[in-house]
Amino acid sequence: MDLTYTAEQEAFRREARAWLEAHVPREPLPSFDTAEGFQAHRNWERELHAGGWAMVPWPVEYGGRGANLLEWLIFEEEYYRVGAPGRVNQNGIFLLGPTLMEYGTPEQKARYLPKMASSEEVWAQGWSEPNAGSDMANIQTTAIRDGDHYVVNGQKTWASRGAFADWLFGLFRTDPDSERHRGLSFVLVPLDAPGVTVRPIAQLDGETGFAEVFLDDARVPVANRLGGEGEGWKVAMATAGFERGLMLRSPARFQGTARRLVELYREALAAGAPLEPSLREAVVRAWIDAEAYALGTYQTVSRLLEGGKIGAEASLNKIFWSELDTFMHETALRILGDRGELLPEAPAAAANGAPGVGRWLDGYLFSLAGPIYAGTNEIQRNVIAERILGLPRS
Amino acid sequence: MRFAFTEDQLLLRDTLRDFLAGECTPERLRELWETGTARSPVLWSQLAELGVPGLLAPTEHGGLGLDEIDGVLLFEEAGRAALAEPVVGTAAVGVPLLASLPDPAIAAAWLPKVAAGAARLAVGHPVSPFVEDAHVAGLLLLCHGDEIHAVEPGAVELTAQPANDPSRKLFSVAWTPVDATRVAAGSEGTALQADALDRGALACAAQQLGVTDRLVALAVDYARQRQQFGKPIGAFQAVKHQLADVQVRLDYARPLVHRAAHSVARGAATRSADVSMAKIAASEAAQRAAKTALQVHGALGYTWEQDVHLWMRRAWSLEIAWGRSAWHARRVAEALLEGAAPVESFGFEPRT
Repeated sequence: MDLTYTAEQEAFRREARAWLEAHVPREPLPSFDTAEGFQAHRNWERELHAGGWAMVPWPVEYGGRGANLLEWLIFEEEYYRVGAPGRVNQNGIFLLGPTLMEYGTPEQKARYLPKMASSEEVWAQGWSEPNAGSDMANIQTTAIRDGDHYVVNGQKTWASRGAFADWLFGLFRTDPDSERHRGLSFVLVPLDAPGVTVRPIAQLDGETGFAEVFLDDARVPVANRLGGEGEGWKVAMATAGFERGLMLRSPARFQGTARRLVELYREALAAGAPLEPSLREAVVRAWIDAEAYALGTYQTVSRLLEGGKIGAEASLNKIFWSELDTFMHETALRILGDRGELLPEAPAAAANGAPGVGRWLDGYLFSLAGPIYAGTNEIQRNVIAERILGLPRS
Repeated sequence: MRFAFTEDQLLLRDTLRDFLAGECTPERLRELWETGTARSPVLWSQLAELGVPGLLAPTEHGGLGLDEIDGVLLFEEAGRAALAEPVVGTAAVGVPLLASLPDPAIAAAWLPKVAAGAARLAVGHPVSPFVEDAHVAGLLLLCHGDEIHAVEPGAVELTAQPANDPSRKLFSVAWTPVDATRVAAGSEGTALQADALDRGALACAAQQLGVTDRLVALAVDYARQRQQFGKPIGAFQAVKHQLADVQVRLDYARPLVHRAAHSVARGAATRSADVSMAKIAASEAAQRAAKTALQVHGALGYTWEQDVHLWMRRAWSLEIAWGRSAWHARRVAEALLEGAAPVESFGFEPRT
């Protein structure tokens, strides 16, 4: 065990930090769930890509930097330290990209990965349907073969980034007589194809981060299928496993929030705010859990670098970070006290001497989605119980 | 950067795990409760053959010359087996304390005996009013203000303080500090006391991991067998989700404990905060495991005959030993919020 960085890793950190400090926008970009913010974030992704930082662990030929996972962690630490923008193409770069690397043909990799890395093509997820949420095997949208095309009919919903994205990936029933996990295929659908209608859905925070996607005789080339016909479930599980467990939420994100929470508490204390005694313990707890998540990730990466794999333990990870995120934001709102419900534009949002409300409320609303998306935490608990602990299926 | 154990470290852990699975069974622990001491000289000498008491002692004194990174895995095994022998006072705290005293003659006189299993150690520290395992100690290391005294059993008067866990033996120790027993004082004494606390808390945190893992295993075994409504109770989500939550807390306590072991072994500036975080997280996992395992076992778990309570009581007593969670949370708060001691945000704000 050696918890120090090598000289090369330190040099990598300095290089990443220098680039980010020189390029990260001074003012936060508008939310990527608005039309204006989406474009601004796409522009930022292009800049990242031009600098060679868009996909640190990807091979250079696909627009990556060819670095290893430890260097990726270091990059993420620097990325969150400097407060760089959220990754608008996370569905593509963190979820679909790694799946393409594992299951894509050489042609598919060459076709999709470089434009994903540059965010010339931004991706939405198409898993859920009105009757297939936690029960994803109940997918009913069909993709029926007609020559070298699939004809797609049905409805996807809660498609993250669907409102403004260019492409959608998801599971479709290619065998109409099949049931449950069988007969599904993983297909990539251009959202500008005839027969595709996207209807944005306003979220809890008022923005349009996800959408319904209606498919009405939309024709999609068979070449857009990832993996074998009828093998979509296996491909989807790969998307849901390795990269969800590791990449979707890197630890620096939560360490950054924990640091801001500590600062918020100290400023409130210094300003004489009436703080409940239990808040002190809550701040400590948030810090400890953010540390635990970071350390656990380093252990996982050490294991992966020596040939290990991520399996069902991705579910432990997802429960831990999503509950931590909510807890940290709840704690921040409690510190803000009576101003915790104010929007940033409220005249009293920035109090005299006391810390301003910042984006804590926004962050809280966003954190509440965490236990729901990427598989509800109830589904994750079932996975842990059955596949890690070995309890019988329900 | 490599946050993983070596093959040798894992092998040593497996050796101890296998040994304890055979020799430190619940039946054996219950038999020991009926003896006066609840300690087994036979088991202790077998542990000495494996090198456990002297694992942190230098090789020239008969020890294994290993460090806390090796040790943390072994203490986890002690917790898994609910081992009642004085591993914390002797192996985790007493040995490194003796080895760090300004007068090397004390280490030279005692460490070979300790490593050979011929003498056990007990440590009296201001964090607790009681001294654990004082009844079997060949030498007591007792704090007095900023001083540390090495006191032989004949010079102390022990009053037993029976505790909830029949395996836990606590004593009030009456003694009179004299110049002849003083082995450290002043800033040196203070530093050694702080060091002892970190080592004791780390060993308890590591044991809590093993306790938690065992409690989950017991509950899972039972939930797979016990049938109600025509199926194993482990098929019900109400049972599954409780156990999954314990597993989440366990799996994220473990890296904190391993980091704390690294920090103590390397003398990192952040070691006190790191140890406290580890003990809080590991104890929380263990407390939750104790309640959940009891609940899953139902009325059977509430009996004296069922073994769940061996680990349940151990989870409670280890939470108290070497600083309760509230004590450690206060220490982390003072470090984090008031700058009383260095704190690291791993990787994010690295202290290099």
